[in-house]
Amino acid sequence: MSTSTPAHPAGAPAATGSGASAGTLFGILAIAVLLAAPFGVYPVFLMKVMCFALFACAFNLLLGYTGLLSFGHAMFFGGSAYVCAHTIKVMGFSPELGILAGVVFAAALGFISGLLAIRRQGIYFAMVTLALAQMFFFFCLQARFTGGEDGLQAVPRGSLFGIFDLSKDINLYYLVLAIFVFGFLVIYRTIHSPFGQVLKAIRENEPRAISLGYRVNQYKLLAFVLSAALAGLAGATKVLVFQLASLTDVAWQMSGEVILMTLVGGMGTILGPIVGAAVIVTMQNYLAGLGEWVLVIQGVIFVLAVSLFRRGFVGEVIAIIQQFKAKKAG
Amino acid sequence: MRLAAIFLAASSLMGAGAAYAQVPVKIGVLNDQSGLYADLGGQGSVWAAKKAVEDFGAAAKGLKVEVIFADHQNKADVGTSVARQWYDVDGVDVIVDTPNSGVALAVSGVTKEKNKVFINSGAATSDLTGKACTPNTVHWTYDTWALANGTGKAIVKTGGDTWFFLTADYAFGHALERDTSEVVKANGGKVLGQVRVPLNNADFSSFLLQAQSSKAKIVGLANAGGDTINSIKQASEYGIVDGGQKLAGLLIFLTDVHSLGLKVAQGLNLTSAWYWDQTDANRKFADAFAAANGGRRPTMVQAGVYSGVTHYLKAVEALKSAKDGAAVVAEMKKIPTDDPLFGKGEVRADGRHIHPMFLFEVKKPSESKGPWDYYTLKATIPANEAFRPLADSDCPLVKKG
Amino acid sequence: MFELLGIPPQALFGQLLLGLINGAFYAMLSLGLAVIFGLLNVINFTHGAQYMMGAFGAWMLLNYAGVPFWGALVLSPLIVAIIGMVIERTLLKRLYHLDHLYGLLLTFGLALIFEGLFRRQYGSSGLPYNNPLPGGTNLGFMFLPNYRAFVVVASIVVCFATWYVIERTKLGSYLRAATERPDLVQAFGIDVPRMITLTYGFGVGLAALAGVLAAPAYQVSPTMGSNLIIVVFAVVVIGGMGSIMGAIVTGFGLGIVEGLTKVFYPEASSTVIFVIMAIVLMVKPAGLFGTAK
Repeated sequence: MSTSTPAHPAGAPAATGSGASAGTLFGILAIAVLLAAPFGVYPVFLMKVMCFALFACAFNLLLGYTGLLSFGHAMFFGGSAYVCAHTIKVMGFSPELGILAGVVFAAALGFISGLLAIRRQGIYFAMVTLALAQMFFFFCLQARFTGGEDGLQAVPRGSLFGIFDLSKDINLYYLVLAIFVFGFLVIYRTIHSPFGQVLKAIRENEPRAISLGYRVNQYKLLAFVLSAALAGLAGATKVLVFQLASLTDVAWQMSGEVILMTLVGGMGTILGPIVGAAVIVTMQNYLAGLGEWVLVIQGVIFVLAVSLFRRGFVGEVIAIIQQFKAKKAG
Repeated sequence: MRLAAIFLAASSLMGAGAAYAQVPVKIGVLNDQSGLYADLGGQGSVWAAKKAVEDFGAAAKGLKVEVIFADHQNKADVGTSVARQWYDVDGVDVIVDTPNSGVALAVSGVTKEKNKVFINSGAATSDLTGKACTPNTVHWTYDTWALANGTGKAIVKTGGDTWFFLTADYAFGHALERDTSEVVKANGGKVLGQVRVPLNNADFSSFLLQAQSSKAKIVGLANAGGDTINSIKQASEYGIVDGGQKLAGLLIFLTDVHSLGLKVAQGLNLTSAWYWDQTDANRKFADAFAAANGGRRPTMVQAGVYSGVTHYLKAVEALKSAKDGAAVVAEMKKIPTDDPLFGKGEVRADGRHIHPMFLFEVKKPSESKGPWDYYTLKATIPANEAFRPLADSDCPLVKKG
Repeated sequence: MFELLGIPPQALFGQLLLGLINGAFYAMLSLGLAVIFGLLNVINFTHGAQYMMGAFGAWMLLNYAGVPFWGALVLSPLIVAIIGMVIERTLLKRLYHLDHLYGLLLTFGLALIFEGLFRRQYGSSGLPYNNPLPGGTNLGFMFLPNYRAFVVVASIVVCFATWYVIERTKLGSYLRAATERPDLVQAFGIDVPRMITLTYGFGVGLAALAGVLAAPAYQVSPTMGSNLIIVVFAVVVIGGMGSIMGAIVTGFGLGIVEGLTKVFYPEASSTVIFVIMAIVLMVKPAGLFGTAK
């Protein structure tokens, strides 16, 4: 059933090639595969992968391209999910407005927490975000409207712009695909813009970036808000797919999971987080039948990833290709 | 879609064809295989489902039954995606067990949408047959209302009329506390106070001290799993029971008592739907279970899976098809329940399986004949009093007017 | 008698003492983490699992070999420390030159493996372990179980002994020097890699010791460590990463703060530490006892 999925890793090197045309070609190919995918692979599974892939890409924008490790991204993902679910279910918003509300909320939350967090560096930055996320978790636990650990259940999928009936998986799939491609393009454009170049400069050497006259903190804050908003977009989209928002989405384990996805796939690579998310979600879904061994297998995979292919799947592939090219040239 | 069409076509063909044609039935056991609830359900529930199929003699009765399982990891999104995939792709007809109220409510929703069957044994929330009830869900073994009612009423009647609650600060904890408080008050008791404890808090000494200084006769434990175990263990350390106060566990499973040891757990009152050492049939089931599961004895949840699957198969046999979930559940409600473990009973209009509940006391170490010999029966709560009366139900299926 | 915010002073004393006891566990765990971070620069996410293994070690020693609690108090940490040292030699060692993140990820993976194996073998609901010091003393304002009194004393002794060895002895000065300039210390003829291995073993042993101490009081279950690890991290950060004294003092201090929260706003008792962490990091970025590097 997974005949079309290996297309990602196999096609990955093409995007890293120097020619822009190769990249475009790959992009068109990937979108063609994704358009056709729901006919070969179970669409709900694909939608889940895309939601988490977008989440991981948003996170990677911060970790991989700005050098900021957030240990609290669950608050944007889960917070937006709650807002989206609540506005749709209780206040009767349409799906597109619900998602928008979630994204706006995540961006606002990102702005506030970013203001506090970017004043610290390295592991302390991570700890401030963790602390804020734990406080947000506590808020969600106590607030009435979140429904405690039962979460917000049975959120109606509704219809997009009142036209497309989203309760059909296939319609929803194309909406999720559109959102995913949109989010991915935003990230792609950001990384390849002058703004993205400044972010990379900050990652490589912050004092130098400051001495070059860049207002580093403003750049960091903007990157943080953008990352939070996109994480929120992923969280809100997930609500439509599963029709629920729960405490799992705001718990610190979720922040840990997205770090793992990014690292396993390869941080600082544009496709890495997507592959990482696909690997982890596939593991969750297909290891589910292995019962008690799930934890052990997950652990072994992480240990192997760190010990043997530290750059992540995509990172290793890129390294191999570069080596190959260097040999050819030399 | 196409797959479903083929299934439908195939099953109708079989129905119309030879009398010996097999009716395919696929049972999915969806529960916690690796976390907090893995011991009380887990692989044991999978075994119980298979055993039910075997004992039912499904093959001889023209049913071709297959049992599969998955781990929901206590995450509602994992639970719903497995459920959807099972229904959409793998042709599963019924999902059973599913502890963890959040996951159970989510799976119940998906089941209704896909018109399949959900027989829940592991989850506690009474919402499954209350405001979230559906024509496709049956709640088999127990619920918060039954536990609160059983333990609360019995204890107040025997003089335990002042209560203090240690409540897990989670929806199920609040529900247990609320339901029990109502029962206590309705029977003339008084609630002196409560403290809300964050989940997975390891140290209960502070809360126990508060319970101690409340001078309440009964300390009600409205929590579950590791939290209950830790609070009981530490209550013994702080001399709560020696000081004359009694503990009442509102949600305690056999595996929890096993994990505590009798020395610490002795004297505890608890309500359960089933205990392995009650009847010959139960003991026979428990022996077979122990032989296949490393010597462990089955919990009420696992017994409930057996009983629920048995009744489900009866309904499918009567209908000769498992494809229309609502029809199967309607049939389950029509025929009375009767099986070796839960005896005679019925499935009510709101999806609640009605059977007696039992109040047990945990034995002293000197009274126990060995491992897993833990409970003495104190009272039987007859079936008509054990569960929330239909008149009080907020289930849309039974609401009048 | 006057009352403070509705709580009689006796009860308040009781709660302060309980906070101190709870803090004893935080202190021992965060001490081990701080030692490992300070000397190895590794954020040891396996710490919670090693705490759990200490407790299981005590249970296994008792049930398979008949070793009582007091023997397990020494043996179990030793065994867990040896396992830890093997891990350091084979896996961790190769990550020292890399970002913290990789050490964290590796140890996180290891924690999953250990937790999974113990779950597989012993189930998730845990195992009983009897109290070796039953009974207690009535202090007038509260009932103090003997075992809890023992835990506080034992942990204070262990914590300050560790502090003394690292900050005040020659061995400790080698250790500290080796973290600053391993090449230089190596040139003086000291076997730095072995020292690092032993240090890791010691830090892990502390976690396991805390685990043995926890076995009679808390439930011995595979998840006992993973619930705790994130709180202990916060304790280390508040104290100042790598600061030995910081870890000890904040461990006890936060135990008390948490204890008081359990009286006035129990729902928030698991969150209060993170609130404090956020405030501390805003005001004093390197933690209460840390020095900015």
